[in-house]
Amino acid sequence: MSSIQEATLKPADTSKMAISMVKSSLLTSLTYLVLLMFLFPLIWMVMAGFKTEAQAFATPPVFFFTPTLENFTRAMETYGPFLKNSILIVGGSTLLAFLLGVPAGFAMALYPGQRTKSTLLWMLSTKMMPPVGVIVPLFLIFRDAHLLDTHFGLILMFTTINLPLVVWMVHSYISEIPFGIFEAAKVDGASMLQEFFQVAMPLALPGIASTALLCVIFAWNEVFFAMNLTSSTAAPLSVFISSFKTSEGLFWAQMSAAATLTIAPVMVFGWFAQKQLIRGLTFGAVK
Amino acid sequence: MMQSLPTPTQENKKKPINIAAVLLVLPALVYLIVTTQLPFIMTVYYSFFKWNLTIPNDRPFIGLSNYLSLFTDAQNLHVMLNTVVLMLSVVVLTILIGGAVAMLLNRRFLGRGMVRTLFISSFLVMPVVTAVVWKNMLMNPVFGFFAWISQQLGLPAVDYLSQYPMASIVAMVTWEWTPFAALILLTGLQSMPEDQLEAARLDGCTPLQEFWYMLLPHLSKSLEVVVLLETIFLMQVYGEIYTATSGGPGISTTTIPYFIYQKAFAEYNIGLASAAGVLAVLFTNLVSSVILRMIGRNIQGAQA
Repeated sequence: MSSIQEATLKPADTSKMAISMVKSSLLTSLTYLVLLMFLFPLIWMVMAGFKTEAQAFATPPVFFFTPTLENFTRAMETYGPFLKNSILIVGGSTLLAFLLGVPAGFAMALYPGQRTKSTLLWMLSTKMMPPVGVIVPLFLIFRDAHLLDTHFGLILMFTTINLPLVVWMVHSYISEIPFGIFEAAKVDGASMLQEFFQVAMPLALPGIASTALLCVIFAWNEVFFAMNLTSSTAAPLSVFISSFKTSEGLFWAQMSAAATLTIAPVMVFGWFAQKQLIRGLTFGAVK
Repeated sequence: MMQSLPTPTQENKKKPINIAAVLLVLPALVYLIVTTQLPFIMTVYYSFFKWNLTIPNDRPFIGLSNYLSLFTDAQNLHVMLNTVVLMLSVVVLTILIGGAVAMLLNRRFLGRGMVRTLFISSFLVMPVVTAVVWKNMLMNPVFGFFAWISQQLGLPAVDYLSQYPMASIVAMVTWEWTPFAALILLTGLQSMPEDQLEAARLDGCTPLQEFWYMLLPHLSKSLEVVVLLETIFLMQVYGEIYTATSGGPGISTTTIPYFIYQKAFAEYNIGLASAAGVLAVLFTNLVSSVILRMIGRNIQGAQA
């Protein structure tokens, strides 16, 4: 950064360097301060999870306290069934989206035809479609097909949310593999199946793994379909957490514990997949 | 690869259709058609009828009346205005704050990777969690953290969600979407050639000139992407509103998604809800056609 200053060493430059060092450390402190402000709602929430209910909504706020695990154990009792639903639905939909999407992404990357690009773009466009544009008929169809409040019903919808993402991500990862590798495999007489399992999959595996993380993140956090297509038996965590919307004071600690448990896995996944997260959300619109 | 050749369409035309490849694409394609296009066509169809689920057998065709009501009824207009207000404010705020954060992160400093990673956290939080935490623990007029800060500053406590409902929702959604804007703008900043900036500095360019004449034009594409994508995603904001305000007080925070939920699932007014759904899709399509063109160019670029 300071290559210009280092190149010439006149006495005036040393003071300039000192100024730039002070400026730089001030900017760094500012960055940390901004980060702290941004994380504050989360830090506050996690802290409340370890407080007693009285401490959680005490005024003035309690910053130092002896942490207790009581809220987490208590939250687990009600949280359990919803967690099970979330895992089932998110896992099921990710699996189904992969079964449908990986072959499609692979075929579109390696055997592009005349319509491939427009098909791919059309698929991406469905990811941008607002769910409110389809919820009414879906609700009626689900009602008539007895799919309301079932795991299977939500799996079907969450698959729709993630399928374009899977196709697009797999397509882009496989497109990045040097084409010569596939040509060499073809010369050696590899079938399409072998190309898929022995060339494409191993090379695109890291990308495909992070695509799975993205699917989990998006399905885990989805609210609209979850709220409108389930009520109790198949309701995932988002529905459970929203039941705290009217908690006036008394249940803050327990709510915070449940919320912490709910966001923790996604948070960790997201940190790991941060680069792919942006790639997945922008569909490669930025390079 | 085929598309990297100078005349891709001609090359593709010569190629016979690969049946195996088509068979691999077909299941995904059919699935998406069945779960998105067919329901949408049904939504369009319902939007021409006066249909209340409580009177299922009386379903008269009323043409464009539902649409007319969306554009003439003052309440419905207010809902559409709310949607635009939410979208515009969040887009502007996330670009301003996210841009500033991106500038801060575009320096070398100790722990930069960690800071960048932690910074995306608010984006990963489930919208419903954001809403319950902000509503109860931060914005509560008596016990909330913000009330305590106001008191420390000698200001009266504010009941944010009832006094400034839309601003409160904007604050939450901005908090969630700032990392998204920041990361895209950071990507843009990092692709700025350092030697150009240095040359400009040697020529005596002030930081302000540097920002205005060099960084901003360079960032224009990233900015465009942020605006377009956020518009699409913000059109769908629902969980925060459902949880924090339920669209209220009155209809002050009711946006199109919440309006549709209310019309369809509380009032069973399928016709009006469908018309609003069609409008939401049309609007999103308008925006996404621009972004899809951009992506289309990049898909070609990636294969070259």
